[in-house]
Parts: sequence; structure tokens; C-alpha cells
Amino acid sequence: MSSLAVDGERPVVLEVRDLSVSYGKVQALHGIALKVHRGEIVTVIGPNGAGKTTLLSALIGLLPASGEILYLGEYQGAGRSVEQLVRLGMTLVPEKRELFSEMSVEDNLLLGAFDRYRAGHRDQLETMDQVFDIFPRLMERREQLAGTLSGGERQMLAMGRALMAKPRLLLLDEPSLGLAPLIIREIFRTIAQLRKTGVAILLVEQNARAALQIADYGYVLETGELSLAGPSSALATDPRVIASYLGLGGRR
Amino acid sequence: MNLQIALLLGQDGVTSGAIYALLALALVLVFAVTRVIFIPQGEFVAFGALTLAGLQADRLPGTIWLLLALGTAIALVEGGAALRQRRYRRIPLILLVNCAAPLLLAGALVAVSPAGLPLPIQVLLALMLVVPLGPMIYRLVYQPVAEVSVLALLIVSVAVHVTLIGLGLFFFGAEGSRTPAFTEVSFEFGEAVLQGQTILVVVASLVLIIALYFFFERTLYGKALRATAMNRTGARLMGISGQLAGMLSFTLAAAIGAFSGILISPITTIYYDSGFLIGLKGFVGAIIGGLASYPVAAAGAVLVGLLESYSSFWASAFKEVIVFTLILPVLLWRSLTTRHPEEG
Repeated sequence: MSSLAVDGERPVVLEVRDLSVSYGKVQALHGIALKVHRGEIVTVIGPNGAGKTTLLSALIGLLPASGEILYLGEYQGAGRSVEQLVRLGMTLVPEKRELFSEMSVEDNLLLGAFDRYRAGHRDQLETMDQVFDIFPRLMERREQLAGTLSGGERQMLAMGRALMAKPRLLLLDEPSLGLAPLIIREIFRTIAQLRKTGVAILLVEQNARAALQIADYGYVLETGELSLAGPSSALATDPRVIASYLGLGGRR
Repeated sequence: MNLQIALLLGQDGVTSGAIYALLALALVLVFAVTRVIFIPQGEFVAFGALTLAGLQADRLPGTIWLLLALGTAIALVEGGAALRQRRYRRIPLILLVNCAAPLLLAGALVAVSPAGLPLPIQVLLALMLVVPLGPMIYRLVYQPVAEVSVLALLIVSVAVHVTLIGLGLFFFGAEGSRTPAFTEVSFEFGEAVLQGQTILVVVASLVLIIALYFFFERTLYGKALRATAMNRTGARLMGISGQLAGMLSFTLAAAIGAFSGILISPITTIYYDSGFLIGLKGFVGAIIGGLASYPVAAAGAVLVGLLESYSSFWASAFKEVIVFTLILPVLLWRSLTTRHPEEG
């Protein structure tokens, strides 16, 4: 693998230039450019229907896209597939969680390591212990069927399952969706802690306040285009962001 | 009917029921993972039986030509794709798996006279000839259209079925074959005689069912297949591609089919087109299980076997009619009791 481009101090994991996605004749994303470094949390905030989920689906290869996607220093062309990118350490936690609901929590987690297992790694049990350290609740529920979990536990399981793949880039799609405020805080605290493991995180969120609190850098996505970008502390105090996404409570 | 006949018929029914159960499980598996209603399942039964018979008669089974042809076709398709994507390192592996391996098998069959080999080796050879056809057919025929509707996949299945029937006639001829029994042992229970072969069929089926259970419950690959059946997108995101799951389920289905054929060929004469009816009875069992439940499908298939056996005694002219009529009340009951989301 070619050496990663270094931008400032940390290597760039993902760089996207001029990315566009269309559903038939309708263009859903237009001219997107963004960058994620190793050990960094980058968030893309924006309202419903702005194209946030489309962006992540295009990145991981579920949707065809035009433009340049540079992942780990290599161009991912039109022939990119989900399976290839998963093998290269890109993992998506989808908005709908997509759990295996009639399987136990433990089996869901093990399947998260399926591709590593297939590639010859047999360390899934140790990885599972690490995931249990991050989400002790999953340890308690390990025998339970995934379909019987609460909303917060499902999100934990979806994230735990993604971590079983030991990702280098974790794509998180609306982890706060449908969760109670206390649970959201817990989930976001965990996401912030993941940064220490060196994984790069691209977090797509409607809950701008929570996302900007933990992110290093942020983008605002509106009707398919990035309208603002900057360090998240700057975004959090930007009057336009406050007016549209944070409301008055966002003022420090 | 006296007790002796009742026992004899029951024994017959359980034997065929065990085979139908295996086929029903394969059909449920393939449908759950790939949404394909695998009508050609029965052809694998016939191919398995007739390939073994061919080996025992010291003929080169026609299935080897099919294996070579499909292997070459896949090598062309995959090799072409690898060239276009400039992934040249994959080409030797593609050639090795799809061309060299079948050629090696063909060479081995020509070099040694298979008729003189011990039975287990002959069975193994027959399986090696027939089982790879499953994943190969998936790769060539189903995978390119994997995303189309269930109905379109069904039509593809009909086409594959008709093609395989034609090839079966071409390869094996119109005469039926029967292989010698695996065992000549028989037991007497009072007035009833229990054939060793019957016990073998039932035991082998049970062992295979238990092995499948362990595969699905205990191994990561088995879990991956179940995961694909439950949530296709979720499975893809874990790196379990539709292609991998499809090839794996078709391999299992082909193995179950060919093995069933080998098991029953000493009991009944198999013709090139016998597989279809056998497969269809497995399908009735699978339908009883709603193409979703493995235990109900297996139980349904045993019921089909028993019903067939007893109806052949009382109304032998109508035995197929009676068996297939069973599906009507089942469908009626299912359509009244289950609400299922319409698939697009």
C-alpha cells in the first residue's frame, strides 16, 4: 500500500473531491469535498433530506458516485465495492442499524468480524472482549436476541459490531436517531473515546449540538452541497449555524 | 391392509420422506439466502445418481463435460473482469479453480478405471463431479441477475431446469439406472423386514441434518448465511457479499441433492428426468414450512413421503395427485393466517 498523504501532522485516511451522486436525473449530492485524518472525528451536519445518508452510502460503495474518493492513499474508482472497502477497513454503522434481529448479541458481534475471519485473523474473541469493555451493556445482553434490545442497546450493538471489524474509518449515520437524550449523551461520550484508538470517524448527524461537541472538524450539508466548513468550535459559534441548527441554546 | 403391509408402507414413506426432507431443507436455504426458488434441485438428485451409476458401469459420466464447459465459461467471465480491472494477479487462481481442477478430475477418471474402485471413493468422485455444478450455475446464471424480482428468478430457474433435463437426456440416455445397494443387511421384526439400505438412508439423512444444524449454529460461515437471509444490507456491510452467500448456499444445495440421489439410487430406478418429481415433493414440504421454517419444512416433507406411500397402496393411480393436492389446503391456510409484506 502506498504511504499515506500527510496533511499537517496526521495522515489523511479519506479524501473526497468533487463527489456527486444522482438518483436517476435527480442530483442528490453535488461537488462534495471533505477530508478525514487518522484519529479525528469529522462531522457532517445538516437537516433531513440534505443527502447525509446518501453521502455515506456512496462512500462505502452502496451507491454509484462520480468524482474522486481517495481512501488510504488509493483511488477508489467506479469499480469499488462494499466488500473491497470493508476488507480495507472501512465500516458503516447505518441509520437503520441493520442488525441480525433473530440472532443473539454475541452472534451479531462475531459476524462483525466475519471479513477478518475470512482473511485469516482468528482474534475475534479478544476483539469481542474489547468491545464488551467499551459497551458493558452488551456483555450483560450477550445471550439475548438482537431484536429484543432497546433502541440505545441496538445502537450500541450496531457500533460494537462495526468495531469488531477493527476499522480504520468508521462511518456513523445518525447514531442519535430515535434515542433518549441521556442515551445520546452516553453514545456520544463513547464515540469521543474511540478517537483514542486511532480510528478515523466520519459522523453524520442531525443533532448538530451533540455532534459539534465531540467533533474536531465539521461540515454543513444543505440540499446536496456543503455550505460551511471549519473546526467544530468555530462552527458551533458561527451565527449561521446557531440560527439554523443550534437555536438560542447553542450560545455559550 | 394388515400390520405387515402398514409397516412396509411406513418404512417406504419414511425413507422417501427423509430424502424429501433433505431437499426441502436445501430449497428453504437457497430461497432464504438468494430468493431463488431452486427448481433444478431435483436435477442434482438425478445427476448424482446417474453419475454414480455411470462410474460403476465404467463409463465417463457426461457431467464431466458440463463441469469443464461451465468452468471454462466462468474463467472467461472472471478473467475478462480481472483484465478490465487490471487485477492480473487474480488470473492464475481463476484458471486453477475453474479450468485446471476439472481437467485434473477428468484426467483422473480417464486414467483409472472407476468401476474397480471401492464404493466410498466412487461416491466421492460422483460428488466431486456434481456438487461444483451448483455454485457454477449460480455464478453464471443467477449472480448476474441477483437483484431482480422473485418471479424473474423463478423464470430463470425454470430455464435452468429445462436445460439440465435436456443435458441429462443427452449425457445419460433415456434408460434408467439403479446402483447396487450399499448394504445387503436386513433385519426381521416379527413379520416385517427392515432393509439395511432403508436404515442407511434415514440415518444418513439424519446425520446430514444434524451436520447442517451445527454448520448454521456453530460456524461463522453458517451464521453468515443466516445473517444474509435475515438482513441482506447488514450482511453486505459486514463483508458478506451476496456472491459468497449465493455460492455457499448453492454448493450446499447441490451437495444435498447429489447425496440424496446417491442414497436413493439403490432403492429406486432413476431416469434423467426423475429428479424433477422428487424435487417437487421436497418443494411441497418446503411450502408447508412457508419456505422459511427448517423444522416445519422437514416435518412436512416426511408427511409427504408417508402420504405418498400409503396413497400408492389405496389409490396408486392417484398417488401424485393426492400428494400435490396436499399443497392446496396448506396454501389456503397460510394465506389466511399470515400477512406478508408484498415484495416489489
